[in-house]
Amino acid sequence: MIEIKSVSLVREGQRVLDAIDLSLPKGGITALVGPNGAGKSTLLSLAARLLPLQAGSITIDGLPVSSTPGKVLARKLAILRQDSGPPPRVSVREMVGFGRFPHSGGRMTAEDREMVAQALDRFELTDLASRSLDRLSGGQRQRVMVAMTYAQGSDYILLDEPLNNLDMYHARKLMIELRRLADETGRTIVIVLHDINHAAASADRIIAMKDGRIAADGTPEKIMRTEVLEAIYGFPVEVVDAGGMRLALQYARSGQPRDQARPS
Amino acid sequence: MRDRLLLAVLLCLALMAIAAFMTVNLRGNLAFALELRGIRLAALVTVATAIALSTVVFQTITGNRILTPSIMGLDALYQFGQVALVFALGGLGFVSLSPHLKFGLEAAALMLLAIVILWPALKSRMDLTLMLLAGVVIGGLFRSLTSLVARLIDPQEFAIAQQTMVANFSSPNTELLAIAMFVTLLAGGYVFARRNLLDIIALGRDTAIGLGVEWNRVVLIHLLLVSLLVSVSTALVGPVTFFGLLIAALAERLTPSRRHGRVFVTAMLLGVIVLVGGQTVLQHGLGQASTLSVVVDFVGGLVFILLLLRRRLR
Ligand SMILES: Nc1ncnc2c1ncn2[C@@H]1O[C@H](COP(=O)(O)OP(=O)(O)OP(=O)(O)O)[C@@H](O)[C@H]1O
Ligand SMILES: [Mg+2]
Repeated sequence: MIEIKSVSLVREGQRVLDAIDLSLPKGGITALVGPNGAGKSTLLSLAARLLPLQAGSITIDGLPVSSTPGKVLARKLAILRQDSGPPPRVSVREMVGFGRFPHSGGRMTAEDREMVAQALDRFELTDLASRSLDRLSGGQRQRVMVAMTYAQGSDYILLDEPLNNLDMYHARKLMIELRRLADETGRTIVIVLHDINHAAASADRIIAMKDGRIAADGTPEKIMRTEVLEAIYGFPVEVVDAGGMRLALQYARSGQPRDQARPS
Repeated sequence: MRDRLLLAVLLCLALMAIAAFMTVNLRGNLAFALELRGIRLAALVTVATAIALSTVVFQTITGNRILTPSIMGLDALYQFGQVALVFALGGLGFVSLSPHLKFGLEAAALMLLAIVILWPALKSRMDLTLMLLAGVVIGGLFRSLTSLVARLIDPQEFAIAQQTMVANFSSPNTELLAIAMFVTLLAGGYVFARRNLLDIIALGRDTAIGLGVEWNRVVLIHLLLVSLLVSVSTALVGPVTFFGLLIAALAERLTPSRRHGRVFVTAMLLGVIVLVGGQTVLQHGLGQASTLSVVVDFVGGLVFILLLLRRRLR
């Protein structure tokens, strides 16, 4: 269980998070959505101790993130950041292997290698395994980062916009794999998404953030409503029913400006 | 496979350089000449190792491939510590101090200054341009301070002290050789043993913390080790600004992937080849022994400019 209690954060004089209270029980997929600058990445960074807490507390299975040794926490929780910086000059297999560091300390055992092979296979990277990371496309690299985060083998996985750069096939494939991970191995997955339809299709729970607060929290059925989405994003999002699944039609359709003032 | 071959070739070249250094133009009292050359060889190999390791580690903890400890002015800091010591103790006091104690004091001074000056920059993750600027300022400032303090010292006293301070490739400071080798072995052994950890450090602060690394502690320890290794090389042969960059950049291009175990060994072998081979060629081939640092700095400086132009910042 991830327990976030009255967490606030001020950055450069600006209140980025405002008294967030959140409790994420073990298991399942939680999607974190909301406009740019809402504080989603900041919240994940705090939970993964990449930023120091200023007020409030965060515990992972009862372990306070501010005082638990890094190594212990790294076996409990893995994070994929939104921006992982320039790619290092190592092969895909080596990079995914780095995910085993909290367990292997760099000396890979047979078990570590098995886990790496499985991660490569799961995210369809086996063909790229010996390619150098700095010679991959943006989407390929993103899949390597996801595989590395998975290889860390932690119970809790925080993914900040993992669908960045992924094509339609790989985005869908990733969501399917995450669902399988949650269902078959009981992992707890928190995922930041901008595509609300992916969130609705795969997540058990959607939490919307806005201006550093929780704006909405509930099952996909509860969130996927025009009035709820409008309160979050500030424009009326048409929601349709497509064979039992709720779909948001947020797209700009030509010749049919829906939320802008019409030419008078 | 290909990288094994490369390592074998480099090893052969390094051994050939060493053999040539020991044997070319050998005459007179053989035992004496060999002993003399052996001591100088040990000094050169120690310097090559210290500079190779300190440069690669420094580039890893600062997350760049252009800055090196000497470009950041660390050896200028060391020299400042040296002159400050002469100032405090007087020329005679300085000379009468045991060389080991002197080295210890100077290395400690450098480590202290490195923490005070570089640690805040590292912690706030200064970007490359700012770091480069800081390096120019630190280097320039401490070089001027060194000559300022040197001027404050009584010229006669300074002349006495200078005899024990001046060192270069053709006349390394052999008084300190034993302690320098010992320190290099310890510090080098430590960073080599931590090569897997350094692979993770190279991924950047956030990824490393995500993988359980105690970032601040690890980076601080390695910054101290870098300072220690810089003290060793500066004490033995004086400052060489671009040598570290030269071998680190070459090693970077010769290794198939940036794993520290490989990069360390490659850079060390390259360092031995350049220093020992270069010294042999200059001494016997061209008859001008004292210019190795000039040649190395010239070539290294070209590499530095090339790297800046190509903006291969990582
Ligand atoms: N390094 C920083 N220094 C100061 N303020 C920052 C920093 N990073 C982010 N912020 C501010 O914090 C607020 C929240 O940023 P955050 O990155 O958490 O948003 P987000 O919800 O992840 O947005 P996005 O969807 O664009 O990724 C923003 O107002 C942003 O300007
Ligand atoms: Mg974000």
